[in-house]
Amino acid sequence: MLNFLARRIVQLVPTLVFVSILIFSLQHLLPGDPALVMAGEERDPAVIEQIRKQYHLDRTIPVQYAYWVANVLSGDLGESLRIKVPVLDLIAQKLPVTLQLAAMAIVIALLIGIPAGIISAVKKGTAWDYGANLFALWGISTPNFWLGIMLIFLFSIKLGWLPASGFVPPSENLRASLASTIMPAFVLGNAIAAILMRHTRSAMLQVLESDYVRTARAKGLSERSVILKHAMRNALTPVITLGALELGTLLSGAVLTEQIFSVPGFGKLIVDAVFNRDYAVVQGVVLVTATVYITLNLIADVAYILVNPRLRG
Amino acid sequence: MADAALSAMPLAGPQDELESPARRALQRLFKRKGAVVGLLVIVVFALVALLAPWIAPYDPVATSWTAVRKPPSALHWFGTDELGRDILARVIHGARASLMAGAISVTIALAIGVPLGLLAGYRGGFIDALIGRITDAMLACPFLILAIALAAVLGPSLADAMIAIGVSATPVFIRLTRGQVMSVKVEDYVEAARAIGNPPWRIALVHILPNILPALLVQATLSVAAAIIAEAALSFLGLGQQPPFPSWGSMLNAAQRFLGNAPWMAIWPGLVIFLVVLSLNLLGDGLRDALDPRER
Repeated sequence: MLNFLARRIVQLVPTLVFVSILIFSLQHLLPGDPALVMAGEERDPAVIEQIRKQYHLDRTIPVQYAYWVANVLSGDLGESLRIKVPVLDLIAQKLPVTLQLAAMAIVIALLIGIPAGIISAVKKGTAWDYGANLFALWGISTPNFWLGIMLIFLFSIKLGWLPASGFVPPSENLRASLASTIMPAFVLGNAIAAILMRHTRSAMLQVLESDYVRTARAKGLSERSVILKHAMRNALTPVITLGALELGTLLSGAVLTEQIFSVPGFGKLIVDAVFNRDYAVVQGVVLVTATVYITLNLIADVAYILVNPRLRG
Repeated sequence: MADAALSAMPLAGPQDELESPARRALQRLFKRKGAVVGLLVIVVFALVALLAPWIAPYDPVATSWTAVRKPPSALHWFGTDELGRDILARVIHGARASLMAGAISVTIALAIGVPLGLLAGYRGGFIDALIGRITDAMLACPFLILAIALAAVLGPSLADAMIAIGVSATPVFIRLTRGQVMSVKVEDYVEAARAIGNPPWRIALVHILPNILPALLVQATLSVAAAIIAEAALSFLGLGQQPPFPSWGSMLNAAQRFLGNAPWMAIWPGLVIFLVVLSLNLLGDGLRDALDPRER
């Protein structure tokens, strides 16, 4: 196990190096002189020269990259050009909001996706199965920004039950916090529920045909106990690990969902940064997202090994 | 079994024998109602996009101060928007932006991804490791976030959005092609082609590529669906099609501001995105089942 973990972590190093090159080169793909972009309205040559020195823009590209990596490794992701706040502080401020949304979305996705998948596998070929498959198709094909707008129309404008936008931290008022996040969390969770349902269904179908399930039935166990105690436990293992990979979808989805519901999270941060041409923030957000995603992948791999004794070397 | 192996051998080459697996797959595809409906809807939308200037009831960018935010009526079937433009005309012309973005960005992804995947899978070694790590790095950034970052660098326009989406979709095709090549290159007919002295490029293009096309076709169909959503998302954020030209995504952005008094502005563009993406997903699922050798 430790061997496997060590090997996986060593494999991550080149990936992280390439991610950092990719993100570093984003800045250099920009048309024009980065020093001029950073100077903004300022046109004084002395100031521009000073910026060039400060950010080592007068050095060769590999040297600039080395400086940038050294800064990133020491936790310095640069400073927002617009509001002059360290990028890391901005991210630390916005990330908890998105994490709350993401956690609620995962709960919603699990509550819908897994039961729907189990029912559709157990009742294969019936109206239940048909309905669950339709739900999955709907979930995968609905653009989440449209779903968000339609929910605002129904629950905020027509019924007046939920606030259309904004965010209340749970520490301030838990009830208001839930009310402000339930719609965006549902929008985010909906697509993942559909994917989880499909994974659960195919895993359950496979398990239900296996010998040990037949044995459990032959022993005279009730169908309920066969499905819930024997089949489900084994079917859900791959589903959970596959589900972990969908967290990337969640981060992508958060960009649009937070925009629609004006939730001041991580996704809104990158969109605002793009429009303000605040490239240090864009770079920082992409870097943190990629790191989170790579780490989640690693955890999913390890979890898969942990729950699958046969794979333990 | 022996027949199947022989017909797969390029030496056996008669045209009708090579075509028959494709014909069988088509027959299986047409047996799936969902896939047929999906294909029909896509064909209809493609025709609408092609014939947009002739079938749209109004000019999609013509404003009218006397027809601002009018609900659906006999004059304007889908209603009008905040500048009095006909929504049906804009939905029809918006099909051009969406379908073009879907097709062109996936073409970009195929054009970069397939050759790199062929190279990595066939050559192996250092080139494979290098391409593999670049692919991993790109896959580590969620698709839309990578597309937004690229669109931010390239600038807000439909053409740049297509490039950003295409580049972001590339790693999936590199990985898929590489995996397929790895499994096909050990087949006997590839060994035979190598044994009679074919150069590597010829083996890759003539003997391997045709055999991995089914997998690429399925992925391309599903990727067009993802690209259409991505284009709508970028246009919704203001990074795609620029005003006054219509795109389903930018129409939804405008609609959000008038949701209280003109909900029809939001319903139609969203509904057509949903319909096109649903149809592509149905077609993709049908193609996957029809092309799966285990179903034969």
